Formats: sequence, C-alpha cells, structure tokens
Amino acid sequence: MDRGVVIIGAGQAGFQTALSLRNEGYAGKIALLDDEGRVPYARPPLSKAYLKGTATAESLEYRPAEFFVQQSIDLVLSDPAVALDRRRQMVALRSGRELEWSSLVLATGAHVRRLPTSGKEPFCLRTFADSDSLRTHLSEANEVLAIGVGFIGLEAAAAARAQGKKVRLIGAEARLMGRAVSPFISAWFQKMFERHEVPIRLNTAVKRITEAGVELADGSVETADTVIVGIGVIPNTELAAKANLAVSGGIVTDSYLRTSDPSIFAVGDCATHPNVYAGGLTRIESVQNAADHARAVASTISGKPKEYRQVPWFWTEQFEAKLQIAGLAVEADETEVKGDPESGKFSVYNYKGGKLKFVESVNQPAAHIAARKLLEI
Amino acid sequence: MPSITYISNSGETRTITVDSGTTIMQAAVRNGVPGIVGDCGGECQCATCHVYVDEKFLGLLKPAAEDEDAMLALTASERKDNSRLACQIALTDKLDGIVVTTPPIQQ
Ligand SMILES: Cc1cc2nc3c(=O)[nH]c(=O)nc-3n(C[C@H](O)[C@H](O)[C@H](O)COP(=O)(O)OP(=O)(O)OC[C@H]3O[C@@H](n4cnc5c(N)ncnc54)[C@H](O)[C@@H]3O)c2cc1C
Ligand code: FES
Repeated sequence: MDRGVVIIGAGQAGFQTALSLRNEGYAGKIALLDDEGRVPYARPPLSKAYLKGTATAESLEYRPAEFFVQQSIDLVLSDPAVALDRRRQMVALRSGRELEWSSLVLATGAHVRRLPTSGKEPFCLRTFADSDSLRTHLSEANEVLAIGVGFIGLEAAAAARAQGKKVRLIGAEARLMGRAVSPFISAWFQKMFERHEVPIRLNTAVKRITEAGVELADGSVETADTVIVGIGVIPNTELAAKANLAVSGGIVTDSYLRTSDPSIFAVGDCATHPNVYAGGLTRIESVQNAADHARAVASTISGKPKEYRQVPWFWTEQFEAKLQIAGLAVEADETEVKGDPESGKFSVYNYKGGKLKFVESVNQPAAHIAARKLLEI
Repeated sequence: MPSITYISNSGETRTITVDSGTTIMQAAVRNGVPGIVGDCGGECQCATCHVYVDEKFLGLLKPAAEDEDAMLALTASERKDNSRLACQIALTDKLDGIVVTTPPIQQ
C-alpha cells in the first residue's frame, strides 16, 4: 500500500517536487515540511528586486496558501523534521508528530557559511527574513562593506549601490565569481563595478568580525555601518548523515537522484548527484538544478522512472548586466568572444579539448537560449 | 481593476479581476488557474507561462522584448504568431477584458 510522499524542505526543489507530483497525476498523500514559517517562495529576488525594493513579499510566493489545500498538499509550516527512522519509514517532526513514507524526498537546501563573529552579527542573504531585515536596514545605511565576490556578494553590493549607498567589496578569491565564470567575464564585471564606483579588494581574506569591525588576515580592520557576508553555503546534510545515508559534500545520489536508501531521494542544493555535464558527481546551487531535479524525482515516484540529465544554466543580475551561463564552467583552453564587450552585449564561448563546454551571455538572451540547445548531450 | 479571461486548451473559461500591475502569470497562479506554471517566478527564464493572446488584444500589447522573444523559442507547445509569456505582460485598465488561451502543455 502507498504510504505517501514526505518532502523535507519547502524551498524551490521541495515545492517543485510537490507541484510536479500532482501534475504527473500522483494521487497519494503529499506532506511538504517547512522550517521557515512561510509559504514556499523564490530566493533569487532576495538579492535583486526584493532587496532593491522593487518587488513585494507576496510576489515572491510561488503559490498562495490556498493552492496547497486545493491540491491536497499538506504544507506543514514551522515544524521541521528532526529524525528519520529508515526501518519504519517514519519521519519525526519537532512537535513530536510522525509521518510515514513510501518515498521520502530530502530537499533541505543549504545554510550560509559564517565568519567567526564576536561583535554585531553581519547581514547575510539566504532566507526571506535575511533579505527583509537587510532591506529595512539599508534604508538608513550609508556605507556598505560586502564580503565575498561570488554571485550573492556582488548582487547585494550592486543592489545597495543602486540605492545610492557607498559600497565596497572584499573577496578572498583572485577574481569575481571565480568558480562559475571565465576570467574574461570576471574582468568585465570588475570593470563594471569600478565604473559604478564600487572599489574591490581581491585576494583579501577576512579573519573574523569583532566589536572593532572586520578584521582582515593581515590584522588590519575595516569598518562600515553595514556589513554583508556572502561567502558561500553549506548543504543541510545532517538528517541524512544521522540516518547513515551516504554523504560527501552533499547527500550522495545516483542518476535518478536516489540516495543509498532506495526509498529516499535528494534534490536541489543538498544533493551531490552524477551530472553528465560535470562528468561525475557534483553539487549545484541553482534554480534550474533544483527545479529539474524535482521534476525527475516526481516522474520517478509517479511510476515513470526518469534520469536527471538537463543542461545546467544560471543567471545573475548586477547593475545593467544580465549574465546568463549555459553549461558548467571549466578551465577552458580556448575562448571565443562574439559581439562587442564595450557595447555591453556579448557572449563568451569556452572550449576544452575542442569541445564547447560553457557559454556566457551578457544581455544577449537569444545567444543564451541557443547555447542551451547547442550544449545538450 | 482590469479583468482577464483564460481559456483552457479544452475550452473551459475562467474570468478574474485583478489589481493593475499584476502580470497575466501572477493572476493565474494566485487564482489557481490551471495551464500556467511559472517555474521561474516571472524572471523570463523558463517559458512555462506560455499563452496565446486573442488577436483582438495583440495590438494593444507592447511587442515582446528581446529576452521574451528568445525564451519563446523554448516553449513546450508550438509557438504561434500570438504566443507570449504571461509573466511579461502586466495587466492595466487598457487591457481590460483581455482573453488568453493556455497551450496543451507547458513543459
Ligand atoms: C539570495 C539568493 C539569490 C539567488 N539567486 C539565484 C539566481 O539568480 N539564479 C539561480 O539559478 N539561483 C539563484 N539562487 C540559488 C537558488 O535559489 C537555490 O539554488 C535554490 O533555492 C535551491 O533550492 P532548494 O530547494 O534545494 O533549497 P532551498 O531553497 O534552500 O530550500 C530548502 C528549504 O528546506 C528547509 N529545511 C532544511 N532542513 C529542514 C528540515 N529538517 N525540516 C524542514 N525544512 C527544512 C530550509 O529552511 C529551506 O526553507 C539564489 C539563492 C539565494 C539565497
Ligand atoms: S514564469 Fe518563467 S518565463 Fe514566465
């Protein structure tokens, strides 16, 4: 007998799993567990439109609360899963409630990496609450110091600058968005930030945050009335590890996103999965990855087994640049730039061993869409 | 407050009234209109909010911007001359009474 599906985590991946299960015609019980006390919402605007004040809280919600009732999806707010009993196939919630499963989907996402802090907690950006408190605070702020030169640090810095704040950036890495883009794109974005009068210090590690301010590795101290930290995330694997599922970086899965227990799947930011474009196991933090994982698992649970093998793609918005990336960044041995970087509209094609590996498009959506098709394996 | 009518692929109609500024995608998902998915939340990144706009109203719309036009190449159902992405069209009083048909599939 089908005991139903329990989905732990009501973020992008968890929400999409529930939605796709119903779209696939799955008629069993679905429980969707949340620990933030909010109807599922989109995170990308948290460092973009919402932070800038051009989007409302309501516009971030994927669906209104009634939708879950209509679809017979038991959306359980603020009652996180605390333990998995694999033998009995039961999840224990904090309240003491227990839920049984035939299929369990771990969609627990990730939490922010923090700096050792003895002074005032800096701002970070992962949840609606994070973005909302930063947004409120920014209206009164003058000077912003953003730590981290990945997507989140850069988007937050750009959003603050767009509101007229004095902003500067510090990053431990040698170039902007180093893990995700080519050196050409890093350099182009660096120039753009400089044009917007946002100075950037690279190769500068932060040691800790104290009452005095932000202490750098060389002992010097930087101060600002607002400090935003965006130095990456750590996948939420604790539940899986406690239940003795294989964990390596994220929760390890096969190409069907099944963990080492055949009744348990892992999707989205928390899943270390075999990715045909990475040529092996990897963990990816993106909307595409979360949504396509969810769709594959929903199909499999509904009786139509489906391997995950979509072309990875990402986007980010900083000042006037919308950057879209198709494929996964590798160290390329050949790059080709099409269009005029000076004009702010161009694409970078990155090859390795004669093969096209990833394409970065700045304000060139058509080139990005074409690249997604071109890269399909 | 503009009103909008959605016609499903099988011919059922739903008319709703929304605040100006609401997009055709938001109006659908907030009111439980089937046939519009909106995976990306309106970022013009997913093409799962594809609709066919009634010809009478096509001329009242601003033409699709470059990113919408590009994304329309990825719709799961056939792209037609009146294909648009619902998340890129904000409803205004000028568009009051607009009629859109949802495609057979979105993904
Ligand atoms: C500020 C910001 C901007 C971003 N911008 C972009 C972008 O422009 N483009 C892009 O592609 N991606 C972007 N991303 C990344 C994208 O949002 C994530 O990859 C995506 O949200 C991952 O979905 P997920 O469901 O795996 O995890 P999450 O969305 O993190 O959801 C996991 C949920 O599970 C909850 N949870 C964890 N443990 C439990 C438990 N035990 N019980 C119950 N609930 C639990 C968590 O609290 C959380 O609510 C951005 C992310 C952030 C934070
Ligand atoms: S909602 Fe994704 S393109 Fe319209």
